[in-house]
Amino acid sequence: MQKEAAIREPLILGDKTYHQITEDVCAPVEGKANKYWYIVFSLSVMVALWGVGCILYTIGRGIGVWGLNTTVDWAWDITNFVWWVGIGHAGTLISAVLLLFRQKWRMAINRSAEAMTIFAVIMAALFPGIHMGRIWMAYWVFPLPNTFGSLWVNFNSPLLWDVFAISTYFSVSLVFWYIGLIPDFATIRDRAVKPVSKMAYSVLSFGWTGNAKAWIRFEEVSLVLAGLATPLVFSVHSIVSMDFATSVIPGWHTTIFPPYFVAGAIFSGFAMVQTLLLIARKVLSLESYITVKHAEYMNIIIVITGSMVGVAYLSELFISWYSGVEYEAYAFLNRATGPYWWAYWSMMTCNVITPQLFWFKKIRTSLIASFILSIFVNIGMWFERFVIIVTSLHRDFIPSSWSMFHPTFVDIGIFLGTIGIFFTLFLLFSRFFPVLALNELKSILKSSGDNYKKKH
Amino acid sequence: MSKAIYALYDDDDVMVEGAKSILSKNIRIKDVYSPFPVHGLENVLGIKWTRLAITAFLYGLTAMTLALIGMWFFMIQDWPMNIGGKPNDFLYQNLPAFIPITFEFTVLCAAHGMALTYFIRNKTFPGMPARNPHPRTTDDHFAIEISRDENSGVSDDDIRAVLQETNPVEIFEK
Repeated sequence: MQKEAAIREPLILGDKTYHQITEDVCAPVEGKANKYWYIVFSLSVMVALWGVGCILYTIGRGIGVWGLNTTVDWAWDITNFVWWVGIGHAGTLISAVLLLFRQKWRMAINRSAEAMTIFAVIMAALFPGIHMGRIWMAYWVFPLPNTFGSLWVNFNSPLLWDVFAISTYFSVSLVFWYIGLIPDFATIRDRAVKPVSKMAYSVLSFGWTGNAKAWIRFEEVSLVLAGLATPLVFSVHSIVSMDFATSVIPGWHTTIFPPYFVAGAIFSGFAMVQTLLLIARKVLSLESYITVKHAEYMNIIIVITGSMVGVAYLSELFISWYSGVEYEAYAFLNRATGPYWWAYWSMMTCNVITPQLFWFKKIRTSLIASFILSIFVNIGMWFERFVIIVTSLHRDFIPSSWSMFHPTFVDIGIFLGTIGIFFTLFLLFSRFFPVLALNELKSILKSSGDNYKKKH
Repeated sequence: MSKAIYALYDDDDVMVEGAKSILSKNIRIKDVYSPFPVHGLENVLGIKWTRLAITAFLYGLTAMTLALIGMWFFMIQDWPMNIGGKPNDFLYQNLPAFIPITFEFTVLCAAHGMALTYFIRNKTFPGMPARNPHPRTTDDHFAIEISRDENSGVSDDDIRAVLQETNPVEIFEK
């Protein structure tokens, strides 16, 4: 058994046994949902339906119903796409990178963070899909034998790299998540009393036995998938950034983009994990597992990645002047002082300034402060993408085509709708799936549990 | 008559000690069922480490080769495109632009190939019935399985006596 230093704070609080962990985690699945769950769920479904309506309207009428114009031809759609992909980065980071670094604190949060990743990537993939206009032609992005014409897809284009990156990221994350879920579904299956749930969890658990060799394979698969997913996380957002960086638009054409986007993605992803888990621990009574220490660790990652993003913003600004390229210099001057100054300064405030409060231990160990600041980061990171995309486009090379972007109700509806769909999926997940990785928590109980630490 | 005798334990350390003492009495253990991976158990039971990581490497290697051959065919051989006048007569001239997709496809196939192999080797598929001997082995109990076929020289009473010495919470047959 692994030993842990006595001064290290326990990760599982209270007098827990293996059985108590099972009870605590299965309680939300086996019990009835409380009225708050139904209220939030109904709200999310309503917003989601409004979003679905707007999506269908877009597909029916074409993307002319959005606020795009010939100058600003990418706006909220791509902003939302990058925002959601970024949010989707924390889950795999927590489960893969922290697994490789043997960080035990990931075990209380990895399951829901991975679920969040999967739902966020679904939301992200929606936007390029509907932006195509004719979504029924979406399969044209794959290199199919060309009965459709005489060209293959362009493998030199970052947009195609994106197709491969996002689909690989989504499917690998899904498999990683599901392989971890199988043993926990088996736990619920063996406890289920109602025939319907017994059957459902029996199908979901794939007939898991939990014999010695199966666990060896389980650990090996988790480790190798973590090894594969780690570079994948970094590659996906690097490739997303290349959609912009390989173009010639001032404000986009910069080599700093890949690392800057990756740091930003981890930053926004952790903020969203923080937002969701601080609610989930209360609603699902998981305070003994998702502790203040967990929140503090996540806040530390938020302040580090937030500072990296801050350095990137300042480097961009400096280089735009230092490069001597007047178009580049103007793009950045326009961002900070032009008609979109409010978006730029919202981004700066929420991403660079407010997260610095986490340097104070009092603030990063306060759950209310963490929650509020995590919302700030979510907002700030949306503005970051908006600033990069819209402010770089709206002042074209020819002043006669300068323009502004005004979102229509469809733009707003689809964005809010994806938040609704995301929360609907997450609430369903918290109701029917084990929200903590049962088997992994049990394996650290003796080394990191409160009661076991006191005994030794 | 049932095929196997099981000893059920409520602690992983007691179970590992039990397994050691059972093996020292020359009784063979067929398998152990536990709610989470018990580290070090594979050494006690003498189970060989899995070769799944090697399969992942092989799937990845195949995928990398396929991706490069594919892109060579699409972009160099079948329909070369003039992109900014950049040379594309040979694969190596365009290789930098092909790296992202080569990487993504390698990861895609390595991960999915390994996951599929994992399901096949564990015999876990949707709709398979639960095959653990006791419902609590997925909760907080640990079961050691002794097969009668593997221990034909030892009488039932002897097996039970040895198991009883290891402090199980229950001994049952199935």
